[in-house]
Amino acid sequence: MKPPQHSSAGGRRLGLALFWVYVALYAGFMAVVLFRPDLLSLRPFGGVNLAIAYGMGLIAAAFGLSLLSLLFRADH
Amino acid sequence: MLYDTSPLALAIFAAFVGGVIGLSFYLGRKGQSAQAYYAAHGEVHWFVNGIAFAGDYLSAASFLGICGMIAFHGYDGFLYSIGFLAGWIVALFVIAEPIKALGRFTFADALDSRFNSRGIKLAVAISTLVVSVFYLIPQMVGAGDLIVPLLGLPHWAGVVLVGVAVTLIVVTAGMVSTTWVQFIKGSLLVFFCGVLAVLILDRGLTVNAGRPGAENLAPQTRTITRDGTVLVDGLPQSRDHDLRPVGTISRLPDRYAGKTATGPLRPLEYLAALEDSTIVTWAPTKRADEAGVHTTYAPVERKGVDLLKPGGYFKGLTTGKLADRLDFASLMLALFCGTASLPHILIRYYTVKDAAAARKSTVVGIAAIGAFYVLTLYLGLGAMTSGALDPTSSNMAAPLLAKSFSTTLFAIISAIAFTTVLGTVSGLIMAGSGAVAHDLVENVLGVQMTDHEKVRCGKLAAVGLGIVAMALGILFRSFNVSFLVGWAFNIAASANLPALVMLLFWPRTTKQGIVAAVTVGMVASLAWILLSADTYEKVYGLSRDLSVVPFSQPGLVTIPLGFFVLVGVSLLSPAPPPSSHRGRGPR
Repeated sequence: MKPPQHSSAGGRRLGLALFWVYVALYAGFMAVVLFRPDLLSLRPFGGVNLAIAYGMGLIAAAFGLSLLSLLFRADH
Repeated sequence: MLYDTSPLALAIFAAFVGGVIGLSFYLGRKGQSAQAYYAAHGEVHWFVNGIAFAGDYLSAASFLGICGMIAFHGYDGFLYSIGFLAGWIVALFVIAEPIKALGRFTFADALDSRFNSRGIKLAVAISTLVVSVFYLIPQMVGAGDLIVPLLGLPHWAGVVLVGVAVTLIVVTAGMVSTTWVQFIKGSLLVFFCGVLAVLILDRGLTVNAGRPGAENLAPQTRTITRDGTVLVDGLPQSRDHDLRPVGTISRLPDRYAGKTATGPLRPLEYLAALEDSTIVTWAPTKRADEAGVHTTYAPVERKGVDLLKPGGYFKGLTTGKLADRLDFASLMLALFCGTASLPHILIRYYTVKDAAAARKSTVVGIAAIGAFYVLTLYLGLGAMTSGALDPTSSNMAAPLLAKSFSTTLFAIISAIAFTTVLGTVSGLIMAGSGAVAHDLVENVLGVQMTDHEKVRCGKLAAVGLGIVAMALGILFRSFNVSFLVGWAFNIAASANLPALVMLLFWPRTTKQGIVAAVTVGMVASLAWILLSADTYEKVYGLSRDLSVVPFSQPGLVTIPLGFFVLVGVSLLSPAPPPSSHRGRGPR
């Protein structure tokens, strides 16, 4: 078996920090859906309601955070 | 509904399958080592692997199930998309690099990397097989659903066709051909969903799209008689007397007063216009008498604003019952935790050369999968208002949406949907093949094999799994595919994730703890599912009230249970020697 390879400690810490950022965003979404669903009908973004805006935001955030992690680690 | 068969769809699909199988035979001619069969030599380029991730992951449930759920129930299908994608964050930031570093061919390799324990290999191999089989069922059911409009053949024929094609692909060149079929499928799927989304936006919203006239809003009844004859409104079903396609807008927003169509719309404009429109959806009600089972589909006018928020499918979100909310939270937790625990996804990390490539390929996968899920929202909503839906089958929403544009596009989308099944099933068969041949036969039973014999054993296992997949696809044909995938995610998250995470982050983890966590997580989640109200109703045909568990989705209980069991058993068993975790795991 090949020897284990891990990125730098800083890279891993950043990865875990970004992971928790996303967990907070996802948990926030779940909390709104479960406990304040009335907020999801608000239309703060160009006529699109919060349910769709938050959902698409989560998808965009997943890509943004993953890209951020990649760029940061490329610097290392 | 009865469908006209599409020779063009058949030709496109046959060309794809023929091309892929030809490629597989070509790749297989070079002679194979176990490293090639199980891990494609570990030399797949990270970009190809990233798109192959999408091809592996975007299953029939994602394409057919989510589109159908959005088309029939509105926003709630998008909740599945959100949960499915969120799971990739766990894969990228927590799992990707360590799993690449620790494993070789299978998920069991990684979990057993510190211990060399037969118990771990056995427990993880069984868990891999259980998860793979639960994931296989909806794929095969989806294949059967597609074959009906494509070829006019019975459901079972689609299941057998996919089973045979996938088995051929896997046994010819293993992970090499599996990777390429997933790469091609992933590329085609995202591209043509993009094409469909552009067409939807270009068409905009139209009142009574394709279904003018009040008679098209009359209820319609489908009866299945005791002898199996299908009646539509009391007369035998035929091409001249069939259910009418449904799904239209009855009123556009006030800003389009006096118009019957919006014309082309920008992406956000489309969503805003739909939210202000009134949409006609069709609700089924069932009754049975001595003549047979009657399902009446009746139109229901609904405000767009109600369809574009949660609660259309997950009724519990609007009833306010605690158990219903817990059920939903449990599903979303399982989707979040399940992706990084799916054996057929994890083994794809072994096909790239190093941890950096694993990371990069995950980012490419997230980009492709995320784009696809945004597109499915438009596909589902486009289908909902296309006037082309089959009221009896949510799984046909996407192909029928394509048909509302042109029969050529219908043929292409149907063929791609069929290849969608091929890509995912080949990944699942590969994962199962590795679990049987590498984990069970070689490592648990201790059968000594040459490299050539290892490959042959893997291929025999693939054939066996292909046969099992076909049988299950025929047996479970009446299920909604997304529902079944939820089961697989729950079992994977409950059985695999606690052991994997604790192995990486808690040095006190012992082999006894891992075996116990995997076993308890798997058995508890499986038992919970089998005792749930959903299963009582949809599988056993019994009353939901007979169920003995408070809600149907087990993850909220069984995922934490896996962690507790691992910690408890590890603390009660001898600590592993310090050397066993030296050099392993994240720092």
